[in-house]
Amino acid sequence: MDEIKLHFEVSGDDFTRAGEASGEVKRVLKEIWFSSAVIRNVSIAMYEGEINMVIHAGGGEIDVEISPECISMVLADHGPGIENVELAMQEGYSTAPDNVRCLGFGAGMGLPNIKKYTDEMDIQTELGVGTTITLKVYNQ
Amino acid sequence: MNSFFHSVRLDEEKCMGCTNCIKRCPTQAIRVRNGKANIISELCIDCGECIRVCPHHAKYAERDSMNRILEFKHRIALPAPALYGQFNNLDDIGYIITALKLLGFDEVFEVSRGAELVSEATRRYLEENKIPKPVISSACPAVCRLIRICFPNLIPHVLPLNSPMEEAARLAREEAIKKTGLPSEDIGVFFITPCPAKITAIKQPICLPQSNVDGAIAMKDLYPVLLKQMNHLGAPDDSSNSGIIGVSWASSGGEAAALLKERYLAADGIENVIKVLEEIEDEKLDTLDFIELNACSGGCVGGSLTAENPYVAKARLQQLRRYLPVSANHLMDEGVPQEMEWQRPLEGLSVLKLAENVSDAMAMMKRIKEIQSRLPGLDCGTCGAPSCRALAEDIVRGNATLHDCVFSLRNELSGTDMQEFIPAPFRNTDAEKEE
Repeated sequence: MDEIKLHFEVSGDDFTRAGEASGEVKRVLKEIWFSSAVIRNVSIAMYEGEINMVIHAGGGEIDVEISPECISMVLADHGPGIENVELAMQEGYSTAPDNVRCLGFGAGMGLPNIKKYTDEMDIQTELGVGTTITLKVYNQ
Repeated sequence: MNSFFHSVRLDEEKCMGCTNCIKRCPTQAIRVRNGKANIISELCIDCGECIRVCPHHAKYAERDSMNRILEFKHRIALPAPALYGQFNNLDDIGYIITALKLLGFDEVFEVSRGAELVSEATRRYLEENKIPKPVISSACPAVCRLIRICFPNLIPHVLPLNSPMEEAARLAREEAIKKTGLPSEDIGVFFITPCPAKITAIKQPICLPQSNVDGAIAMKDLYPVLLKQMNHLGAPDDSSNSGIIGVSWASSGGEAAALLKERYLAADGIENVIKVLEEIEDEKLDTLDFIELNACSGGCVGGSLTAENPYVAKARLQQLRRYLPVSANHLMDEGVPQEMEWQRPLEGLSVLKLAENVSDAMAMMKRIKEIQSRLPGLDCGTCGAPSCRALAEDIVRGNATLHDCVFSLRNELSGTDMQEFIPAPFRNTDAEKEE
């Protein structure tokens, strides 16, 4: 049984379009009839990752692979990179600019939430080059 | 689950097979087949959006005529509060009540009275913290149906209390039995409805074995006859038994405001409702206590069976309710009365499910995505489906073929001697045959 592969280009210049990719993935998972926990975990984690890409990295690409056992997401951007991953993983730590904080984002819950809602999380980041986050949610 | 009753129907004679309704249906429940719109029963939520947009008036709501009240010895009218906003220069609800009696009703029981009791019960229910927050209102039957089909995992959040209409009907019936001594079957309770979804909720109640309402008369059918009676009235013989809270349920925000809490949200219009439900599902609205959702823009005053513009009706209601008490109806004992609670739970429907097991569903989804990538992505509706995505799904489910897409057909005919039959807008001047 081969996987379903979905590819998304996340635009960095239109903040109002953030959430479109995770919305589409949610719809696909719903029709396949994954459990509500799996759907929730994937859509929240991916949404947070997508928002991060738009706020911090000027957009990027997301590749999603869906198999009956696991949903994996690779979010890759060419943004500034994360200076201190450990710090970024702390709840409440944020480097988001004021203009997005006005919209209720930048609470410092992005990466912690991604960790909370996924079974596996890997961050590869290099300053000035970009960040690639790999996420896995298992269908238990 | 095999036989759904729907109030929203199609008049085949009038249907021209255009694409207006398929594009506007929020659950993508309509397809044009053989030149006529077909409503997919399992997906329809009776919101009435198609009734509003059909330029040929081919969509209608199945409802009762006034003559049906004659089947009963004792007749009770249950006016929805939206009715009060339909009339110009009305300064006393009593006119409407007296006019309804002149039209043949023995009693009038205002649904706004039931609404005030539901508001009080909801306040108590929220204090008990029995269901996860945010609590979602269950008063709009189109929204309940939408949740069952598209958001079944939100069902635990839905307020398990009967609607103001059912509460009013139950009390009105009890009162009438006591007063007249007649058996229940001789008492006819008729809801004056602003929308088709309520008619469906009467004919096929979800969380009650049987509705206490016997029939539904559309507000717009009653409006002209009622107006005539009201114009002849000197002074009304009756007066309203409702307060500000009950009357305010007619428009969006009224139900939520009646909870006297600050952390609430009230959304109206089916597209907005869907967006809010998505956000609840993604746990973005966890800090709210209550969410009021109305399928129609403006709330019940925006129902497709009303006579007046929803915003005009809302403005009138604001005037009309000015000198009313905050609430004129109150619960007697402590706690939430058992008879106001649902008798059976709201159940999710597996309409969207592609296949019985995940691997079959995945194989289908894969094909949907493949086919979708070959379609032009114009969502033109010419194939009879609302979008290319919907056509791809119809093909995989075996309800359509790729040839239903005029662009796919064009690609097959291009370069053959059939090319000249391709209509100009669809013609591909590059002789090259696309994939």
